[in-house]
Formats: sequence, C-alpha cells, structure tokens
Amino acid sequence: MNTTIMLFLLQDGITNGAIYALLGLALVLVFAVTRVILIPQGEFVTYGALSYAMLATGQVPGTVRLAVAMGLVAFALDLFFARKALHARLVMRSVALNIAFPVALLGLVYALVGPNTPIAVNIALALLIVAAIGLFLYRIAFQPIAHTSVLVLLIASVGCHLALQGLGLVFFGAEGLRAPALSSAAVTAGPLRFTGQSLAVYALTVGFIVGLWLFFGYTKTGKALRATAVNRLGARLVGIRTTLSGQIAFLLASVIGAISGILIVPITTLYYDTGFLIGLKGFIAAIIGGLVSYPLTAVAAIVVGIVEAFSSFYASNFKEVIVFTLILPVLVLRSLAAPQVEEEKD
Amino acid sequence: MSALLTVADVHIAYGKVEAVRGVSLDVAENEIVTIIGANGAGKTTLLNAIMGVLPLRGRTTFAGVDMAPLDIEDRVATGLSLVPEHRELFGTMNVEDNLELGAFRIAKATAARSLERVYTLFPRLKERRKQLAGTLSGGEQQMLAMGRALMGAPKLLMLDEPSLGLAPIIVADIFRIVGELRAAGVSVLLVEQNAQAALQIADRAYVMELGEFVLSGPASEIAANKGVAASYLGFQHEGESAI
Repeated sequence: MNTTIMLFLLQDGITNGAIYALLGLALVLVFAVTRVILIPQGEFVTYGALSYAMLATGQVPGTVRLAVAMGLVAFALDLFFARKALHARLVMRSVALNIAFPVALLGLVYALVGPNTPIAVNIALALLIVAAIGLFLYRIAFQPIAHTSVLVLLIASVGCHLALQGLGLVFFGAEGLRAPALSSAAVTAGPLRFTGQSLAVYALTVGFIVGLWLFFGYTKTGKALRATAVNRLGARLVGIRTTLSGQIAFLLASVIGAISGILIVPITTLYYDTGFLIGLKGFIAAIIGGLVSYPLTAVAAIVVGIVEAFSSFYASNFKEVIVFTLILPVLVLRSLAAPQVEEEKD
Repeated sequence: MSALLTVADVHIAYGKVEAVRGVSLDVAENEIVTIIGANGAGKTTLLNAIMGVLPLRGRTTFAGVDMAPLDIEDRVATGLSLVPEHRELFGTMNVEDNLELGAFRIAKATAARSLERVYTLFPRLKERRKQLAGTLSGGEQQMLAMGRALMGAPKLLMLDEPSLGLAPIIVADIFRIVGELRAAGVSVLLVEQNAQAALQIADRAYVMELGEFVLSGPASEIAANKGVAASYLGFQHEGESAI
C-alpha cells in the first residue's frame, strides 16, 4: 500500500467517524438525561436523509403526516394524564405544541414543496419534521414509563425502532434515495480532495461538540439537564421539570440524527433501513465512552470510522465483523475495571 | 397569625396499607413546628405527600393555594420546599452548581443575593464551593441540601431528619441555623427523631404514633408532658405510664 491510498482511507474514515461521533454524542446525551438507550437514533438519520431527498425531488414525504398523527396521540395522552386537574393554560400549551406546531409544519411543507425549492429550505423542513417526531416519540413512548428500569426503557426503545423502520418502508419505499450535495465547492491539498460536503461534516461535528460542551457546562438549562440525569427526585425538588428535560434531550438527539442523515445522503445512497447500522456504529463509540463521556465518545467514533475504512479496503466482506468486534475488548476491560453494581431500583 | 400551610384530614396509603390516617396540621407564618415520633410513625411519608412526591387523600392548602392539582415542580414555585431524608443532591456536580440549581426558578439577580445569604449561613459551603457534592462529609451534605432549598427563596422549609447520622457538634450547628431561618422570614416544618433538640427550637409540636397525631400543643408543654418524656426524651417520671 502506498501513502496516497493510506491518506485516502484515513480521510474517508475520519469523514465517516465524524458522523458516528455526532450520533454517539446524541446517544450519550439521551442516556444521561433519560436513561433510554436510543435504538431509534438510526431512524432519525434515515427520516432526516430521506425526507430531505424527497423534498429535493418536489415530493411531500410521509414523515410530515406521521408528525401530525403523533402530535394528535401526544395531545390525547396529555389530556388523559391531566384529566383530574385540567386547566386552560395546560390545554393551550398542549394544543400549541402537539397540534398547532405539526399542522403548521404540514401546511408549510405543502406550500413550499416543489422541484425548485432552495436546498436550505428543504433542509430546514426536513429538520423540523424529524424534530417534531423526536419530541412526540418521547411524549408517547417514554414519558409515561420514565420512572421504570433501564431494561424496560430499552425494550420500549427496540419497539420504537421496529415501528419507525416499518413506517420508513411505507413512506420511502424499498428503493434507496440520494440527494443533491450541500455545496459543490472543493479544495485540493496534495493528493487529497476535500469536497464542500466533507468539510461541512467536519465543521458541524466540531461545532456540535463545542456547542454541547458549552451548553452542559455553562448554561442553566444544560446544568438542569445534567442534574436530571444525576438525581431525578432532587431535580424535581428544585423545580426542574424532568419531562421537559427528556423532551429537550430527544429534540437534540433527533435534530443531530437528521443532520447526520442530511450530511450522508449526498455521499451514499440511503435505504429505509440503512440508519440502523449507522446508528449502531455511533452506539459502539458511545459504549467505548462508557455512555457518559462526550470526548471519549468522539475519539472512539473517529477510531471506528478509520477501522471501518481500512477493513473495507483489505477485507471488505468482513468490514462489519471487524468494526463490531472492536467492542469486545472494551467490554472486557470495562467489566474488569468497574466494580459490579446492582442497578438501582428506581 | 394566618396559617401558611394547612393540612386537613389527610390519609396516605401504600397500596392497601394506610401509613397516615386522618392527620390535620397547620403552620403559621414565621413559625417553627416540629413533628416528633418513633421510626416508622409516618412522619417522612407525611412530608413527602405534602410536597407531592406521594399521592394523598384529603386537603392541603399552602399560601391560600389548593395543592391538589399541582405537581412537585409547581409546589416549589409556590414557595414550598422539602429537604428530603436522603438529601437527593447532585453528587457529580460541584457545590456551587448544586446551589445555583436550587435557584432554578428564581431570577438571576435574586439568585445572586440568595447565594450570598446561603454562604453567610454556611461558611463551610463557600470554602468547598468547587468540590463535588458527592465527596462532602455527611454534615456538609446536609448543609448543602438545606442551602440548595433556601436558594429557591421558600416561604416554608420542610426538613426531614436533618440530624440523622451526624456528629453531635454538627447537629447543634444545624439546629442553630434552623433557629436563624425564622429571622429571615422562613417558616419551618421539622420532622425529627431527636425530640429533645427539636422541642427546644420549635414553637409548637405534634406527636405522631402509628400514622396518627396523638398529641399537639406548644413545644414547651409537649416537652413537659410526662408520657412524651418517657417515650421520646429518654427518661421516665416515677409512677407515670406512657401517654
């Protein structure tokens, strides 16, 4: 192998690794705040990517109708759980968030959709659609069982993944889609050519890592999210709405997922079920980071990307095997290093 | 004095077992009220239910507001605050972050003043302000839990066993500070097994046994009651039976 090939592989690995880093960060974030291992993260990727791809061809993606339907269910749940103490402010808030928001989004999509819609508008619409789905997914599937064990939450998470993947097949069909690139600009450095797309990937990843670090370390809302993760009852006793914390975490995770999808879909063809595998690689990074460390997760994600690039060059049949095997030594080391702890009951 | 907190005929059940049966109490503004009683009498259960952590049957009114439709977060906003038995601190965050989060619902300028006040009450917390809450000693953790609750500028502070598991010298310190809170315009509802100390600083007291109040009145009278002395203060007057 010569240096040029090695550089190409490294570049490829780092680009993919940056995407995995974004997804890994979202997983760590959601787990820290809600204790949910977010298996449907991959669906946020696919929904974001394919909604964007459909909007780019001038079609209305089915995901926006799903957002409206989920909003209705979320509204019904809000009414049901507050049935003993309904007051006007609560109902108004619920109508605004669960009905007015997705319906307005539906109207916006129908009004703006077309073959000549600017790329930026399509991206904004795709992000809003997935953000709404992420928000309602927490309200419907996880908020009612927020106090249960990690295992119960994981099972619910797997259920959500299967349901969303099935719906993805309905909305996008079995054929893959591709979308136009964000920019056609490119920079050449020696033998390497950096496309505007891959530069956007790097910039967004670094931006998100710095942004999350500032958010959690220095803002009141960020600290409140951390507090919720550390001690739920303690957080409620100082007046932090833990349901709101969960919603914010899911909102961030779904937007991060959708951004990752929109970044990948001009590079590779995505199918309705591709997201799962991509999300799983983010998950490996998150596990290597112990589901708590953001910087470790980001570094691990880059390693996963590079290993994947090299193994697809040398032994492409075993690419996935090699990548997923990475997790084994980490798990062994972690189980040796960490003392055995019983999972807390609440 | 007008009643700040009124609890009327409250029942609290764990499944089919009633832990608290038909309890009524009130706390006036600028008053320190204590509930004493043996382990398992239902004192902690009662405080948790007033805060909204557990569901209850009956009426609770705080500052003229019916508490029934409000959840914990809304009750905090009305000026009710609980320092729970297990303190429930944010162990992996530092002392100052814990305190700042205590003022989560308070405007920034007011929070800065509260922080000064808390540091004056608990100078030890100021010394440790960059230390993680989980690494503090038991007494410091109790101070931090009280400080965090005070950051929210409560009208009524409910303290659940603040002296539990602490060295006597620290217990004295904590009780001294509870006494000082009244001067700052904070009412206190204090649940304690350390009846002697609690009766010394309280204005009024309720004695709880097996989920019911068996006695209530001014703290000095309760302290002088021979049955109470026998059961909770650790000495028996000759020729007297318990209550």
